[in-house]
Amino acid sequence: MNEFVRGIKRGFPICLGYIPVSFTFGLIAVKMGFSPLQATLISLTNMASAGQFAGIRLIEGGAPYIELVITTFVINLRYFLMSLSLSQKVNPEMPFYKRAIMAYCITDEVFALAAMEPDEVSFPFFGGLMITPILGWTSGTLLGAIASNLLSPMIQGCMGIALYCMFIAIIIPPARKSRKVALAVVVAAALSCIFKYVPGINMLSKVGGGGWAIITSAILGAAICATIKEVKRRRRRAMAERRAA
Amino acid sequence: MNYIIVCMFLMFLTTYLIRVIPIGFVRKKMENEWIQDFIYYIPFCVLSAMTFPDVLYSTTATGVEPHITVSAVIATAVAVIMAWRKRGLVAVALVAVLVAIIVELALPVLMTMMAR
Repeated sequence: MNEFVRGIKRGFPICLGYIPVSFTFGLIAVKMGFSPLQATLISLTNMASAGQFAGIRLIEGGAPYIELVITTFVINLRYFLMSLSLSQKVNPEMPFYKRAIMAYCITDEVFALAAMEPDEVSFPFFGGLMITPILGWTSGTLLGAIASNLLSPMIQGCMGIALYCMFIAIIIPPARKSRKVALAVVVAAALSCIFKYVPGINMLSKVGGGGWAIITSAILGAAICATIKEVKRRRRRAMAERRAA
Repeated sequence: MNYIIVCMFLMFLTTYLIRVIPIGFVRKKMENEWIQDFIYYIPFCVLSAMTFPDVLYSTTATGVEPHITVSAVIATAVAVIMAWRKRGLVAVALVAVLVAIIVELALPVLMTMMAR
């Protein structure tokens, strides 16, 4: 099958899932005094859920530029890890301009689907993967911005869960298949709860809109799981050597 | 007006630079097995850390300080069960939103019935 078409097929569910989330973003942005065009432009240029929500909150409050940059940096720092991970899944020969285009749409969901590809991620595949989520994210924002006065605050609130449930739908099926992935999911969630609730440590989730807490939980979680695997690998090797001797 | 445009540009620039620097400049394949495993676990860990416990706060009505809601707890449970049964992204997200709305609507009614 054509890689580009395969990408579109894989990406389309993300597009549909993005609509309620970006719809909510559009609603909130207009409530805060942004025009529908500005809200849509923010979505088109950022393609970042949590970062955008935090950004408009700061802009509404008239925050200094440096605070906006630092908050955006911290909340979106996870994309650095994802981009680094993706750099290992593309052909080392891929030219810079193609990498620069792919970089634009490294979102949580698009990245997750690309990362779960068994083989190398090609440019046409990623292009197909990203195209409909971009359309869904921007058009959803515009719709939400326009419809901002039609929905009750209760319903607007309820739509906020859509994003998280997409995350759940992405991580649970692989966690069911692989014990190691399940461990990674549980460890990262536990760390994230610790950073939110344990007095003293919870400072971390109060600065930078929760970005530091997410990054720290993810790095620690992945490091713990990778180390467990490393220990097992060494033990297995040592046993094999002993048997050989 | 100018302030908003500068802010929008700064948000774009910050977000894009974070994304383009690693994939744009790292061309070497990493050989170290620990790093390979670490990178393999990253997507699951990031998504999991973002989801829990924040999902439980995610159905708070707009304009109110986020707090844990009954509707979010029930909708999350439904989403986890559906994901466990390998339902797709969209189905899980939409059903969770519907469940949250139904609980929000039903809860006040149940409360008044109990009060009687």
